[in-house]
This record gives sequence, C-alpha cells and structure tokens, in this order.
Amino acid sequence: MLEALTYPFFQKALTAGLLTGFTGSYYGVFVVQRKISFIGSGLAHAAFGGVALGLLLGVEPLLTAVPFTILVAIAIVYLQKYTQLAADALIGVLFALSVALGIIFLAVKTQYTSDAYSYLFGSILTVNDQELIIALLLSLVTILTFFKLWARWAYSTFDVDLAGADKVPIEFDNIILILLISVTIVISIKIVGIILISAYLVIPPASARLISSSFGSMTVISVIIGMLSSVMGIIFSYILDLPSGAIIVITQTMIFFVIVLISIILKNKK
Amino acid sequence: MSIHANILEVSNLKVVLGQNTVLEDINFKLPSGSYLAIVGPNGSGKTTLMKTLIGLVKPATGNVKMFGADIDDLPPGTISYVPQIKTMDKSFPARAIDLVMSGIKRRWSFKINSHDSDKVAAIMHEVGAGDFIYRPLAALSGGELQRVFLARSLIRNPKILLLDEPATGIDLVCELSINKLITEYNQKFGTTVIMITHDWSAAYHHTNYVLLLNRRQVYFGESKTAFTDENLQRTFSHLGHGHGIKFGLKI
Repeated sequence: MLEALTYPFFQKALTAGLLTGFTGSYYGVFVVQRKISFIGSGLAHAAFGGVALGLLLGVEPLLTAVPFTILVAIAIVYLQKYTQLAADALIGVLFALSVALGIIFLAVKTQYTSDAYSYLFGSILTVNDQELIIALLLSLVTILTFFKLWARWAYSTFDVDLAGADKVPIEFDNIILILLISVTIVISIKIVGIILISAYLVIPPASARLISSSFGSMTVISVIIGMLSSVMGIIFSYILDLPSGAIIVITQTMIFFVIVLISIILKNKK
Repeated sequence: MSIHANILEVSNLKVVLGQNTVLEDINFKLPSGSYLAIVGPNGSGKTTLMKTLIGLVKPATGNVKMFGADIDDLPPGTISYVPQIKTMDKSFPARAIDLVMSGIKRRWSFKINSHDSDKVAAIMHEVGAGDFIYRPLAALSGGELQRVFLARSLIRNPKILLLDEPATGIDLVCELSINKLITEYNQKFGTTVIMITHDWSAAYHHTNYVLLLNRRQVYFGESKTAFTDENLQRTFSHLGHGHGIKFGLKI
C-alpha cells in the first residue's frame, strides 16, 4: 500500500480527492440547509452535456464542462426569477436538455468514446494536471469565501428575510454560491463520476447536521467528513481494485449511518 | 415641528406581486415614538406591507420614507424586524445565542467570543430568555422563541421595531408578558414600534395608532377611535355581505 503513495497517479488522485472533498462538503452545508440537494445531481447532468461537447470537439472536457455547467446554473437562477416556477422543476427541465444534448454530442462523434465512461463513473487513474490546478484554485477561492461570504450565506440560509432586512446582497451572493457549486461539481467528476457526484454535496453535511448544534460546527464537521471519506475511499478503492467514486460514496454512507446510530443512542440516553 | 417629526411616511403605495395587486392606496404618516398596530384579516396584505416598509418588497408605485429618506439609504441597524416565528426554519442548526448575535453582527457568526456572549446573555436575561441561551432553536416553544427574537431586536437598539404577529402561536400568559415587554420598551426608549396583529382588542389596549387594512387602507389614526362597527365591518367582512360577526366580542 505504501508504495502506492510513490506513484504520481495515486498522489494526484489523493490530492484531487482531498480538494474536492473539502470544497464539496463545504458548499454542501448550504445545499443541505437550503434544501436544494436536487441541484447537485441536476448540475452534474448539465456537466455531462459539457463533457460530451468537449469530447466531440476534441478539447479538454473540463474546459467545456465548466462554462456549460455555469450557463445552466445561471439559466436556473434567472428562469426561477422570471417564471415563478420552483427551482426543482427548472432543474428537471435543464437537466433533461443537457443529458439529451450530451447523448447527441457523443452520437455525432464517430470515434471511440470510452472516455465518456470515465466521466460517468469517475476514474482516479485519469486525473490530470489541469484538473488538479483548477481544483487547487477552487480550494483557494473557497477558503477566501469562508472569510468573506460564509457569514452572509449562512445568514440568508437561516432566513432570507432577516438577511434581506439587514441588507445582505442576497441575489449576488446566491449567484456566487451557485457558480462555485457548479465548478465544484465539474472538478469532482473525475473522482466520483457524474452519477454519484451529488453525494459529496449531501452526505457529509447531512452527517454533520446530526451532531452539530451550530452552523459553524456543522461546516467544520462536514469538511472533515468530506476530506476523510475521500482519502479513505481512494485508499480502499486502490486496495480492493474497485471504482473510486462508488467506494467513496459507500464510505460516506457508512459514516452517515454510524453517526445516525450514535445520535439515536445519545438521544435515548438523555 | 422638525422635518423628521414623522418617522415614517407612506404615500400612494401600491404593491403588485406576480399579477395580483396586493396593496393599494396606502397613505399614512407615523409620528416618531408611536406604537402602531396593523390590523386586518388573513390575506389582507399586512405582512406584505411590513416587508415593503423595510425594503424587502419594492412598491409598484408610491413610496416609503423613513426619517425622510429611502430605506436603502438608512444606516444599517436603524430598523429591527421580527418575522412570524412560524415561518422559521427549525431544521437549521442554531442555538438561541446564535440568533441573538445576528442582531449585533447583521451576519451569521461562525463563533462567538466571550465579550459578545456576555452582552447577549445580559439582554436575554432582560427579556426572560436567560434560561435557554445555549438551547437549540428547534427545542424552544413559540413563546420562548419570541423572546429570543425580541432579544435579537433589542440588542441593536433600533429606531424602529417591526413585529409580525408576535402573539400568534404562543399561549396567553406569554402573550401578555411579551405585549408588556414591547409596551415598556416603547415607552422607556421612545422606540417606534409597528406590530401586525389579528387581535384588535390587544391593539386597542396597547397601541396608540392603528392601521386597519384589507388590501386597501380602511383606517389610519389613533387607536381609541379606530374600532367603530363600520370600520371593523369594512376591514373584516367581504364587500357586499356581512358575516353576522358580533363586534365587541373577541372571536
């Protein structure tokens, strides 16, 4: 096992896992408390359209997936504002459109498209330098948001009217949050795959919620669970020679159920 | 009389939400230090009016001036708003102290230092919330939560305190003591208070101004002369047919 740490691909996978574990579980606390978990899988499917476009054009899929996903995210925000439809309905519409486009892009591409599978199910072996650099930049931006935006996001997550009455720029803040969530999703594709990506945004924060009395502690615990489960999942997947994304998600789910059990026991003791 | 003798001036206010006109023809001037009750049936636009007063909802026409200025130009902390507690998200992980702190910081606090927590504890004791400073919000009763919200409002020492149905969902004993706290605060510090209520007998006894509302302004003026049979009929009954309500009885 230790020798695996000397392989560059494994180092890259672990680094990418730690970074995406950090960003996903950090933004996830807002996703879970705003009850917009559906946005995770919605934007992941939008990312599929973007990845397929990259494969069709023969460019690095990340470069097309990031703008494509951001575009869909912005469309959701503005359609919600101007149509009075709920976010989940709009996500449903755009999610379907993106997947349909993705399928067409892959169908039009006549060459072999096995690459598409590594995006659907994740593939740590194929994490490249570009993806690592973007993940690192995203993590740095995320740390900055902790100092500048966490307190505002948290306030409007608790009660949008109270935050509005205190002049928190809610619309601006929401757009920034959804943009960063979009980038987080695209970056995490290689690690967990499109199909399972929303796990990062939901399972660590939901687990943290069970044992947190304040939103600050929920954020910290969620990030710890997110990073720990990434590392554990990648190591297990290497040892067991099974897909990393699935193993990470199973690790997260096991942590979740252990915490559920502990919280039930603690509650009964009181 | 100084130019700001009226703390709040609302003129020709009309509010449209989606395709519905929710409020129209609202005109009133509220003197500084008043205690105003906004009274009207469900769906009469009370909450929308309050949200318009604090700038959360933008008027279609007309305007709202506080201290002669637009709400957006006022220094932060001038107003303090207590929303209906039934709308609060109880799944959010927060303790009473976190909510009160947001009254000082106007942001959510990641952690609270001892200087701030002492300040919060002092005001929470003042409003009878000293026993549950660190309790999760989800574990508080309606009356307890209302006290926490009140502490949150008072800690910033606002010029105007706005409360949306502070008496709804709490028992009578709590209601009486919260009404008493608000009245005392209004009298002691001269803070203008605006309160939404269904309960026009409480409005009659505690406040000095009343706005009767049913999409349109039925009455604005002193509370002692507000509750005539005709005004109540116009406020609480649909146009064209009465519901046989015996006014004078609390229903």
